[in-house]
Formats: sequence, C-alpha cells, structure tokens
Amino acid sequence: MSVLVNKNSKVIVQGFTGGEGTFHSEQMMDYGTNVVGGVTPGKGGQKHLGKPVFNTVKDAVDATGADVSIVFVPPAFAADAVMEAAEAGISVVICITEGIPVSDMIIVKEYLKDKECRMVGPNCPGVISAEQAKVGIMPGFIFKKGNVGIVSKSGTLTYEAVDQVTKVGLGQTTAIGVGGDPIIGTTIKDAVELLMNDEETDGIIMIGEIGGNLEAEAGKWIQKNGSKPVVAFIAGDTAPKGRTMGHAGAIVGGESDTASAKKEILRSCGVHVVDSPADLGVKMAELLN
Amino acid sequence: MNKKYSLNVVRNNNFLHLPKIILIMNLHEFQGKSILKKYGVAIQEGIVVDNSNDAIDAAKKLNTETGSEWFVVKAQIHAGGRGKGKVIETGSNGVVIAKGLNEVEEKVNGILGGHLVTAQTTDKGKKVNKVLIAEDAYAPDFDKTSEFYMSVLLNRETGRNIIMYSTEGGMNIEEVAEKTPHLIHKEEIDPKVGVTAFQCRKVAFNLGLSGKAFKDMVKFVKALYSAYEGCDASMFEINPVLKTCDDRIIAVDSKVSLDSNALYRHPDYLEMRDLSEEDPMDVEADAAGLNYVNLDGNVGCMVNGAGLAMATMDIIKQSGGEPANFLDVGGTADADRVEKAFNIILKDKNVKGILVNIFGGIVRCDRVAKGIVQAYKSIGEIPVPIIVRLQGTNAIEAKEIVDNSGLNVHSAITLKEAAEKVKTLVH
Repeated sequence: MSVLVNKNSKVIVQGFTGGEGTFHSEQMMDYGTNVVGGVTPGKGGQKHLGKPVFNTVKDAVDATGADVSIVFVPPAFAADAVMEAAEAGISVVICITEGIPVSDMIIVKEYLKDKECRMVGPNCPGVISAEQAKVGIMPGFIFKKGNVGIVSKSGTLTYEAVDQVTKVGLGQTTAIGVGGDPIIGTTIKDAVELLMNDEETDGIIMIGEIGGNLEAEAGKWIQKNGSKPVVAFIAGDTAPKGRTMGHAGAIVGGESDTASAKKEILRSCGVHVVDSPADLGVKMAELLN
Repeated sequence: MNKKYSLNVVRNNNFLHLPKIILIMNLHEFQGKSILKKYGVAIQEGIVVDNSNDAIDAAKKLNTETGSEWFVVKAQIHAGGRGKGKVIETGSNGVVIAKGLNEVEEKVNGILGGHLVTAQTTDKGKKVNKVLIAEDAYAPDFDKTSEFYMSVLLNRETGRNIIMYSTEGGMNIEEVAEKTPHLIHKEEIDPKVGVTAFQCRKVAFNLGLSGKAFKDMVKFVKALYSAYEGCDASMFEINPVLKTCDDRIIAVDSKVSLDSNALYRHPDYLEMRDLSEEDPMDVEADAAGLNYVNLDGNVGCMVNGAGLAMATMDIIKQSGGEPANFLDVGGTADADRVEKAFNIILKDKNVKGILVNIFGGIVRCDRVAKGIVQAYKSIGEIPVPIIVRLQGTNAIEAKEIVDNSGLNVHSAITLKEAAEKVKTLVH
C-alpha cells in the first residue's frame, strides 16, 4: 500500500500547458505517474504532451475519471483552481503553487469543509509513492520502494532524508510534503496519521521547522495513537527569535514554537528526535533493525 | 542575535520564479492609520513630517482642525515600545508630549535624526527619519479616558481570523496573556459572513462600555475588520484603542502588517515599503533575487531550499561555528546566481569560510559544480576557504569537477563530511 497516491491514481494537471506545468508533467510521466490529461481554461480540445486538455476540471473528470489533481496555476488563480477541483469530485488535490494570499486560503479552507476532497499544500513539493506515482516536483530517482513514510514541511530537506533512507538500505512508502504556509490542507498530524494507518509503512520520518504548532500537535497525537517508531528533525535551532512588530501571534499560538521547545515536546511524546539532519537515515535504520 | 527574522521571512523556495520580496510588509504607524481612516476607523489625527519647520506647521494645522493645544511627537520606526525607548543622542523618549506650540520644535529635535533604542530594537537603535505630530487625544481630562487593546490576526489552528481584545490597553499584551489570561477575549470570524453585529456588541459589552462609547465601539470593530479584510493584512494591532473624554473610540497607535502575497491587488501599498527599515545587505540580496538574511556568525552558507538552509545553519553551529547568514539560492543555482551569492556573503568581513550545500534534484550537481567554479574564477581570488557539498544527481562527477578545479575549494558528499570540514575551518 501507500497513501494518497498510487499506481492506480488518475492524475490531471491544472495549469497543464504553462511552463512549470509542462516541465513537471513530463517529469511525472517519466516517473510512471498515470497522467490522464490536464486543464487550461480556453485550451480545451487541444492535446498537450500527448494528453487531452480540458477547459474545466469537471470536463476532465467526466472524460477521464481522474481522482487526483496537481495545481501549477499562478498564485492569483490558484485558490480558485483548488476549489474547482474539489467541486468536480477530485479526492486529492495537491497544490504546488507558492505565494497564495492568506485571505484566499481562508476561503478555500472553508469551502473544502463539506467536500470529500483532501488538499495537500499549498507551497509544497507534492506527494510521491515510491516506484508508483510521483505527483509533485521532487527528483524521482532518489526514491526507492520500501517501508519508511516521510512527512515534511520543506522540499530539499525532504530529499536529504529520502536520500539517507535509501543509502542505509531502506526505502520509502510515501513521502508527503505538507508545505510551509500559514494555512495548509493536510497538517503534519494528518499526514502522520495516514502513514500510521498504512500497512506497508513500518517507520515514519517527520521533518519540521521553527514556527507554528503543527509538530507539537503531531507529537501529541503520536503519544496517544502511535504504533510505529517516529524519527524527527526540527530545523532552525540557530534561527534567531522572530522580531515581528506585534506579538499577538505568539499568544494565539499558545505554546512556544522555537526549535528547542518543539524538540522537547516531541521527545516527551516518545518521538526519536535527532539534533543533526545527517542522522535521520541512520536513526531510522537503528530503530527498524 | 537581535535580528529581524522569522519563519515567514525565510519561507520562499522561489518556485514559479515569482519576484518575491518579503512575505510580510510592515508599515509605519502613520501609514497604518491612513489605511484605517480610509475604511472609516476613527483615529488619533496627526501629520507626518521629516523636519522641525514642517512640524510646527503641522501642529498649527492640527490646532485649527482639532482644537488640540498639546501635541504628541511620535518617532516613526518599525519597532514597538517607542514610548519607553530612548534616543541615544539626546536621551529623549520615542514618544513625547509638547505642551504647546512653543515646545514642538525642541521635542521634535530630540527625536528626529537620532537613533531610538527600544525593547524591540538592537542596542544600536533605529534611525528616526520621520515623526508623527499627533493631536493630544487624552485632553481635556486624562482621568476620564480609558485604554483598550485590540488586534486582528489569523488563528492558524482554525484557519480563521480572530479579533483579540482586552480591557488592559496600553500594556505589553504578552505580559497580560501571561499574568491575567482571563482578561484577553477572542472573537473568531466566520469567513462566510464576516464580523457580525452581535460579535461587535459582544466586544463592546466585554470592554464594559455603555451609551455613546458602546455605539462607537460597535462601529469601530466593524470598520476595523473591514479594513483588515480590505487591505489583505496579516496583522493589525491597535494598542491602545482609546475612549476619549467625550466617549469617542479612536485608534491611538497602529501596527499594521500586510500580506506581501496579496500586494498585487494593492499596488499603491507597495510604495509604503521603507527600505531604510531593512538591513542594507538584505535589501541588496533582495535586489539580486536572493533570499538572504544577514546574521552575526563567522561561517557563511549558500543552500537551495529554506528548510535545508536552516538545517545547514544548525550543522554549522553543531560543528563549532556560528552561521553568518541564511541564504536560499533557489532551485536554479546557476553560475550567475552563485556569483551574486558569493559576493553578498563576502561583504561580511566576519566570514572565515563558506559552506555551499546543494541537493541537486532536477538541477544536476555537475552543472552546479561548474557554476561554482565559473563564479569563483569570475570573482578572482576568494580570500576564505569554501566547502562545497553537492548531493543528488551526478554528485560524484560534481565532486571531481570541484576537486580538479585547482581552487581553494574542498568537496564533500554527505552532510557528515561537510560538518567535519566545517570543524577544521573554525578551529
């Protein structure tokens, strides 16, 4: 098994014919992802990369039976693209776009509440199930089928973890980039929960950063429900404390969100926290052997 | 470590190659107030000036318009705690009262052009280029006024905006939250309907208001929230909100931060950016399209991706060094960008060495290696050793290119190797 995407996923690309959409669609298809078409309003009826282009997500779903969408639409239109996917019956929408206004995402989050649609991202590298389907922008060749699930806020740091896992002789089930924006569709806790319930995943690597409560929330969930070892790294130990003009955010956040505070919380929840990102793979191997 | 720096500032992996400046744009008090006023929020009136002659004219004008006989002179810098802060050169506070027109010039000269140190600045302070001459909103009877706290911001946990408010105005709200959390109230806003009339009334009741002040507060809250939504803010903090002697409700201060991602909808606000408030090296890097934050350490770094960049800084520290900067070169990392990045890092004279850490995914490592060698040659002599760690596609070929370049560049493939090399650098 794997989570969110697999070899049976029928994927459409929103923003298919644009520069980023074209480049990454080719990369995804090279990896073996079942890309069944794409959406670019006004270009419906054309072919692109040998696949049909549709005017609306609804048309694409009706014609192809697509169930997963990846969004490469520019930030001003990306929120609308996500809602369109949800309305058309897409069950997983992965939004790569960076730079979407927070006020747009507040609306999207509200809109998705009563839809059977999970959003991953925005501002994320996407989701990949090793040797099955890549629905994102990560370098596919570093992934190897195996039993480690990966959840991360960051792009290149995910690749680092994946590479280490592969080099110690393990491999990955699914890697989920949740994104670093203030409002995201799938939280670290949500992603950990998916992997915890996945039969083929035996261990989970969780990569967080300073800021926000997502890691602590995941830690508390793991403490209660965890059945598999979780290795975590929190980037930003050396990051100086934020100097924003007001301090209201810290109060709403409640708990301290520095790297060391997060590590402490995670350790108290039974998560194996490594201080150096160079130790992620080794630590996972140690726990699984 | 007294640096402007937050997660929000550094999260930018240049995807889709957007011309990204900063994710949050902070405004000065007078700029924030101008936005509030536009949306019908009552404010303490004032006129911003950059010299003492204009200050006197401004005070005269305020006197005519508002009848105010005393004036508040407020330093305009991007930092809180101005009232208690001190100007290094003169010892004046950052917010002072001129008791009459004859005192305006002297008070302005005590602040303008000086460096104001507050609890939120470094000990070098921030240069004051502008002051706001404001009406004395507490006249005529200070004892009949009361101060409240109000902010609007995103609650990340629910993905909705909240209005946070308290009877404890004019105080450090963090202290209030710590010592008397029951005095802080929150109203969460349903995005489908916006702030409702009953919520506005609830705020006014909880603040203990009645009569005209109650009605004014209801209007104030409604207008404040529509301003927040209208300008795509990421935070409003109004501290204090003042009930005047004649029961009007006005914003005496304003801390407004805008969501940079939404600035394309408000091009006029882009002009409010004050580059003098930002670190000059950060501004220069920004102009070169690099996501850079200047820090105090001795080991420079150049990394692709914000998360890996932070992790690299952690590794430098764990190896006995201190990171001199945060720098995300983005996905392309070609010779031109690498050269610009080297140039920025080398401006910092504390830098003893540079760690380049690139995970080559779709961009191949050998191309990045060639770019580094080319950039090095184009700059000429780089006075400090460079450790290049390239991992990912064609990492071994990349290492050969670096090793055979004949330059003062040391190669590494794993993070562990890179960390060991940093150790030899700092010892």
